[in-house]
Amino acid sequence: MLEITEGSHAVAKAVKMSRPQVIAAYPITPQTHIVETLADMVANGELDAEYITVESEFSALSACIGASAAGSRTYSATTSQGLALMFEVCFNVSGMRLPIVMTIANRALGAPLSIWNDQQDSISLRDCGWIQFYAEDNQEATDLHYIAYKVAESVEVLLPAFVCFDGFILSHTYEPVDMLSQEDVDRYLPAYKPFQKLDSDDPISMGMYATPEYYLEFRYEHDQAMKRAKDVISKAGKEFGEMFGRDYSALVEGYRLEDADTAIVAMGSLCGTIKDSIDEMRLAGKKVGLLKIRCFRPFPAEEIRNALSHVKRVAVLDKNVSIGAKGAVAIEVRDALYGKTMPVLGYILGLGGRDVRISDIKNIISLAESGKGDQFYGLRTEVL
Amino acid sequence: MALGIGCSSRPGKAGNNKTGSWRVFKPIFDHDKCTKCGMCKTICPEGCIEESEDDFFIPDETYCKGCGICAEECPSDAITMEQEEK
Amino acid sequence: MRELRIHGRGGQGSVTAAELIAVAAFEGGVYAQAFPAFGVERRGAPVQAFVRFNDHVIRLRSQVYEPDYIIVQDSTLIKDVNVFLGVKPGGIVIVNSGKKIDASVPAGVKLITIDATSIALEVLGLPITNTTLMGAFAAASGEIKFSALENALRHRFPGELAEKNIRAALKAFEIVKGGA
Repeated sequence: MLEITEGSHAVAKAVKMSRPQVIAAYPITPQTHIVETLADMVANGELDAEYITVESEFSALSACIGASAAGSRTYSATTSQGLALMFEVCFNVSGMRLPIVMTIANRALGAPLSIWNDQQDSISLRDCGWIQFYAEDNQEATDLHYIAYKVAESVEVLLPAFVCFDGFILSHTYEPVDMLSQEDVDRYLPAYKPFQKLDSDDPISMGMYATPEYYLEFRYEHDQAMKRAKDVISKAGKEFGEMFGRDYSALVEGYRLEDADTAIVAMGSLCGTIKDSIDEMRLAGKKVGLLKIRCFRPFPAEEIRNALSHVKRVAVLDKNVSIGAKGAVAIEVRDALYGKTMPVLGYILGLGGRDVRISDIKNIISLAESGKGDQFYGLRTEVL
Repeated sequence: MALGIGCSSRPGKAGNNKTGSWRVFKPIFDHDKCTKCGMCKTICPEGCIEESEDDFFIPDETYCKGCGICAEECPSDAITMEQEEK
Repeated sequence: MRELRIHGRGGQGSVTAAELIAVAAFEGGVYAQAFPAFGVERRGAPVQAFVRFNDHVIRLRSQVYEPDYIIVQDSTLIKDVNVFLGVKPGGIVIVNSGKKIDASVPAGVKLITIDATSIALEVLGLPITNTTLMGAFAAASGEIKFSALENALRHRFPGELAEKNIRAALKAFEIVKGGA
């Protein structure tokens, strides 16, 4: 049913309907409204889950390891410095192949301190072995939670997943969201059946140490599982579409890309503004299209290559920067297009909450058309 | 060994790991000095010292690594470490 | 697409006003989007909140720079912030003030002043003007029905608090409808 609600509340409802058995999280702006709402739901009996209050994000995700290892569907949420504090635990979760789902309300990392949006936090954890989804709007943000659990818990995958949505820009925005009913969610996402779990009657150890004779193979297996996730995501997204009308089978999604000369590549809420910009530019005769990356890990290199093979130039918009290199998405898109001759130009923008307007997207297209790229966009040179 | 998902594994038995071959020095128990206090059995990291029928203590050479903690801690200095011929 | 920008100070309920206006607009079958521009989150600091109204899905995520409507919750902000910046010709500006405003709005823009603070003090007993100004906005813009505003307020606030806020909003609604 279509209802108007804050992004964070929509996500909390989606999490509730996914029936997590254990939630451990530590509040941090702009994620707070999600976990506050879930804590309320547990406290007032709407959600039959164990809500573990902890003293830090490190503890939150560590508690999740225990819960997930014991066979519970487990949830957490964080952002920015909180995610940074979880760094070590993130690797443990994925290495132990625990299908925890965690919402990231994307926010810039300090210093300098910023509570506002960019995607540096989750992008910085791109190597930690979690699936990473990026939502364009609050509809996607909610739907992707069901899909994330389904994929993460699949025996072919058994990997944890981030569902990333832009802090404030989505988390604090009221907009209509079509919420599924509990019955619908139950049909799509059955109760969690752990592949293996800690059980004192049938003991195992998890996350043992691997000697040099085995470690490489474990990393290979982990990578293979992530690669298998591509098909599982497609299937889960297709099934979602068949049941509820919103098809998420594609890891990347084109918008007016078929006949485009210039393709923009972006992730997250930026894609909405870009679509409006493209419509305006098309009216002015510019053949511009968008390739939205919905799933950044596993990285859909082949899909990106296929989708962009016909364009004359590619402009990649990054709300992150690998300091001393480029934006992470630009680097990987260029890698996906290795051997192709079109220029792939990167633009770092929107960091720390800097607003991105339609006029900015148009300016970037002009820059790309004149071959200028691999730069920070929108610098206030008067303060430099 | 096939890899367990997430590096998981069934619990093993320490008994399968015959650590006696690690040994360079072997504890020699002098029953004349021994007061049967049991300290050696208590502190043995390998848990391989057993009490005999006449209440003396005897290390199980299958597992004794020759670490020498028993000799170090024996209140009566009844244990000495001697190089083992191999 | 029509856009509203609300200027207020931290604690005056600008974000809540934006949310409730969006909720009321949605009830009227409009696709609405409301979001805040959080600055320094503390009482008294200038804040902005935005609402978009459209007939179909709103994809745009940037802030509002060329609003059709502006609400100014505190007329002292006019000195500090260019609250009228970018207002569209034919737009409507609603300012909470008991006095005549000594600032000129751009040509072709309708300026409505309403003493929301006095109404809020009289009805709510508190100088929190967001709900009062929502009533004025409903009357001036026609974007939301008063009944939808009532529902949104009853959904957000409990019992008597909702009724008080509805009375305050209605008072402003009637004043603006009456052509104040």
